[in-house]
Amino acid sequence: MLPKHLQEKIDGYAKKYKISDKNVIEITKRVEEANEYGIIAPGEAIGIVTAECFGERATQMTLNTFHFSGVAEMNITVGLPRLIEIFDARKNPSTPQMEIPLRPKFSKNIDMVRIVAMKIKETLLGEIIQEITINIAKSNIMVILDKKKLKDLDLKPKFVFDKIVAGLKTCDVKEVDGGILIKPKDKEINLSEVYKLKEKAKSIHIGGLKGITYVLPVKNDEGIYIVHCVGSNLKDALELEEADTENIRTNNIFETSTVLGIEAARAAILQESLHVIRGQGIDLNIRHIMLLADVMTRTGIVKGVTRTGISGEKESVIARASFETPIKHIINATLIGERDPLNSVIENVVINQPVPLGTGLPKLVAKKEAMESGKPKK
Amino acid sequence: MTDVFLNENFIGTVDNAKEFIKQIRSERRKGVLNYELNFYWDEDYNEVYLDITRGRTRRPLIVVENGKSKLTDNYIEEAKNGTLKWDKLVKEGVIEYIDAAEEENCYVALDEKDLTKEHTHLEISPVVILGLCTSLIPYSNFGSSSRLIRGSKIQKQSLGLYASNYLLRMDTDVNVLHYPQKPITKTFMHDIYGWEKHPSGQNVVIALMSFEGYNMEDALIVSKASVDRGFARSTYFKPFNAEELRYQGGLVDEVCIPDKEVKGYRSEKDYRLLEEDGVVYTGAKVKGDDVVIGRVSPPRFLGEFEEFNIATNVKRESSIALSHKDNGIVDMSLITESEEGNRLVQMRLRQQRIPEVGDKFASRHGQKGVISYLVPLADMPFTVSGIVPDVLFNPHGIPSRMTISHLIEIIAGKVGSLTGKYIDGTSFDVMPEKELRKMLKELGFRESGLETMYNGISGQQFKAKIYIGDMYYLKLKYMVAGKLHSRATGKIQLLTRQPIEGRSQGGGLRIGEMEKDCFVAHGASLLLKERFDSDKTNVFVCENCGMLGIYDNFKHNEYCTKCGANVKISVVEMSYAFKLLLDELKSLGVYPKLELGRKY
Ligand SMILES: [Zn+2]
Repeated sequence: MLPKHLQEKIDGYAKKYKISDKNVIEITKRVEEANEYGIIAPGEAIGIVTAECFGERATQMTLNTFHFSGVAEMNITVGLPRLIEIFDARKNPSTPQMEIPLRPKFSKNIDMVRIVAMKIKETLLGEIIQEITINIAKSNIMVILDKKKLKDLDLKPKFVFDKIVAGLKTCDVKEVDGGILIKPKDKEINLSEVYKLKEKAKSIHIGGLKGITYVLPVKNDEGIYIVHCVGSNLKDALELEEADTENIRTNNIFETSTVLGIEAARAAILQESLHVIRGQGIDLNIRHIMLLADVMTRTGIVKGVTRTGISGEKESVIARASFETPIKHIINATLIGERDPLNSVIENVVINQPVPLGTGLPKLVAKKEAMESGKPKK
Repeated sequence: MTDVFLNENFIGTVDNAKEFIKQIRSERRKGVLNYELNFYWDEDYNEVYLDITRGRTRRPLIVVENGKSKLTDNYIEEAKNGTLKWDKLVKEGVIEYIDAAEEENCYVALDEKDLTKEHTHLEISPVVILGLCTSLIPYSNFGSSSRLIRGSKIQKQSLGLYASNYLLRMDTDVNVLHYPQKPITKTFMHDIYGWEKHPSGQNVVIALMSFEGYNMEDALIVSKASVDRGFARSTYFKPFNAEELRYQGGLVDEVCIPDKEVKGYRSEKDYRLLEEDGVVYTGAKVKGDDVVIGRVSPPRFLGEFEEFNIATNVKRESSIALSHKDNGIVDMSLITESEEGNRLVQMRLRQQRIPEVGDKFASRHGQKGVISYLVPLADMPFTVSGIVPDVLFNPHGIPSRMTISHLIEIIAGKVGSLTGKYIDGTSFDVMPEKELRKMLKELGFRESGLETMYNGISGQQFKAKIYIGDMYYLKLKYMVAGKLHSRATGKIQLLTRQPIEGRSQGGGLRIGEMEKDCFVAHGASLLLKERFDSDKTNVFVCENCGMLGIYDNFKHNEYCTKCGANVKISVVEMSYAFKLLLDELKSLGVYPKLELGRKY
């Protein structure tokens, strides 16, 4: 029997090219044969084949960063470092990045798009000031706002002042002539701490999506404006009314998992690793990645292929101990009296028994006692 | 207002950074501030960094003020007289050391005639762009940088005349090339360095062509005739030494031919090459297990006397012998004193290394490869004028690596050998490629460097014209004679019963983690088991308690120390390493219980 989608495909072609019934039967027979041949045989070591396929392709990866239309801020980690990042399930990618397509209503022309883009980008205090100076004698900091930049971003000085007050709880913030004076409550503060305070003040969040440090609106082939962002904030991006929220893409798998759930995270792992591999012009069967994505997400949370992730959760004590930190695993196994059923590869290699794969898989089913007595035992 | 940092710590602010920098710079040049201080003004961030920490790489530059070098003619005159000291130049602010950060604020002129008012420093010599090893690569400005790096690394591995007194030295693991030559295509560095006094390489005739597919993947085809005439022969020296150590109680080692009474006496045959003083004679051909320096030591523990009840001196044999696979000729032996004043006997072994399949060679341009075939002279291709190349190099090695310098050296070498002159291939300078091609044409050859060649096997003319010329080739220290190894069975480790590691002791070749994965991926698990059972063992397991039982060889019965003889005890085949693991777990107080099931 053929899977439904293949049968439908054959029927579709038969109709389209007017193939005779006799030929359709022959084609179906051959497709069935090919399909059957493609099915993995019992005892095939799919995990290791997947690992070797990835490993061999990884040696061919050369490009490690990708620059987006010549903008230095928009370089994206690709290639092997990115693959490692995905499969280790790092909480934060080294170059977080998000693509926000805009609804046509809000992107009629480039000026509208630019306004939306500026709204998405995170604004920090350091970007809208004219000057920030330390008074060494009085141990205080003077901030003078840039009026022109405030106007460009449609911000009121009072709004900025409130943000500073909220951002620096350990300081007295006063509005003085021509600027804002920040004075630490602690009188006994030394110079380097004042300097740290100045750096902290510069990074106070004023507006936009937190974590988005750079935006670049690009029009795609279908005429839709997409805002490419450096930094990722899926939760806030989903609340933007200007965004086509169904098609937002982020390269932060962990964020996808927390905001959209585990199935979305599985799809994201698939999409991201496929993107890396295809981007290098390398052909790798999607089923390998699917297997890996399934294994990484099957428990309901994203787990990396690391000693704290799926490799540390193997059933066998010996297999775990032979991977990393053996003493820890043996001690824990001893405490609970763990039983090793010896049904995987490594533990059988350790004790030198055939691994239950390939030629080591087939077993004689008949019972020895039954053979001796001549009749089956109950 | 500019923030100022000292050693990465914030120390305060200055109002005018430019003036501040100017002031500390002049004070450093005067010697008021330490000359190791470096500073850097980052104009974008408006911050000044002062640095006097350790671990910064710094390099000397000539100071320029108002467009004029501070290294005046007076200094140069002094330098010519030989009275000038480097320290003086640093002290007087003529030379200053700049670190990587301060370099950002500098504008350095490469040549004195390029100096303008804006320049702050002058390079001591344009030559310093390349290091010593890289300067030895001719036409290096035509090669790609990664290949230059490889090229300079390769030169360090080449065999040559490493020291002219090598016959008097006892160096470990050294090689000396027979008939080393000066390169035809040289650079200025060869003259400065005194290359002709200790050259390392030979000039060969090289043709860029394939030959019967033997030079795939960087392999090299070498003419057997060239090898027979002495191309790339080298000698390998290996020292052996024996010291007469002193022990407690006035006991001392003795170099001699060991007596037959001595504990651990080898066979008489092993000592046959020793002279009366216990040292092998010079010129002896030694091989496998032969003793080269005979020695006896006092017993290790005094208790050993009682062992055989012979109170007289039962000494221990501690001779120096060749390892199992070694061979060679005794080159020299000498008797001297060690640092502690003990008598020391040294012996040097010599081996001639004739190029063979697998030996590694390289040109100076990062093009390395191993010999894949030694072609008999009769089969080698030849040119119209009867020239037979020494080496055939695969042209596929050129495009992807872009070592144009390799190609130019071939033409330069050809011109040099035809005119009898050395060609200067210094980078960025002298003897342009055009000139070489012109000269080649005048000498009656194609200016492209191509020549018509004939197949040595059939005598037919090749359809393609072959690029042929002369170049300098290096023999590298990696030779098959030092690497070749195989084993069927042999020594095992006492603890794990697994084969020992290492070529020198006749160890096994490891089937590692990834090799194991290959077997698994193919599903060949029974083959995998067979490959791994070098330490297999049969143990008796008590089916009652799951611990190891005992087999009594005298009574021919088996029993469990815990459950007695009336339990079922089965023989299980497992790796000795796992049995060891079980024992180690038991020693930790962990009870590893084995549950047995049916195999079939
Ligand atoms: Zn027992």
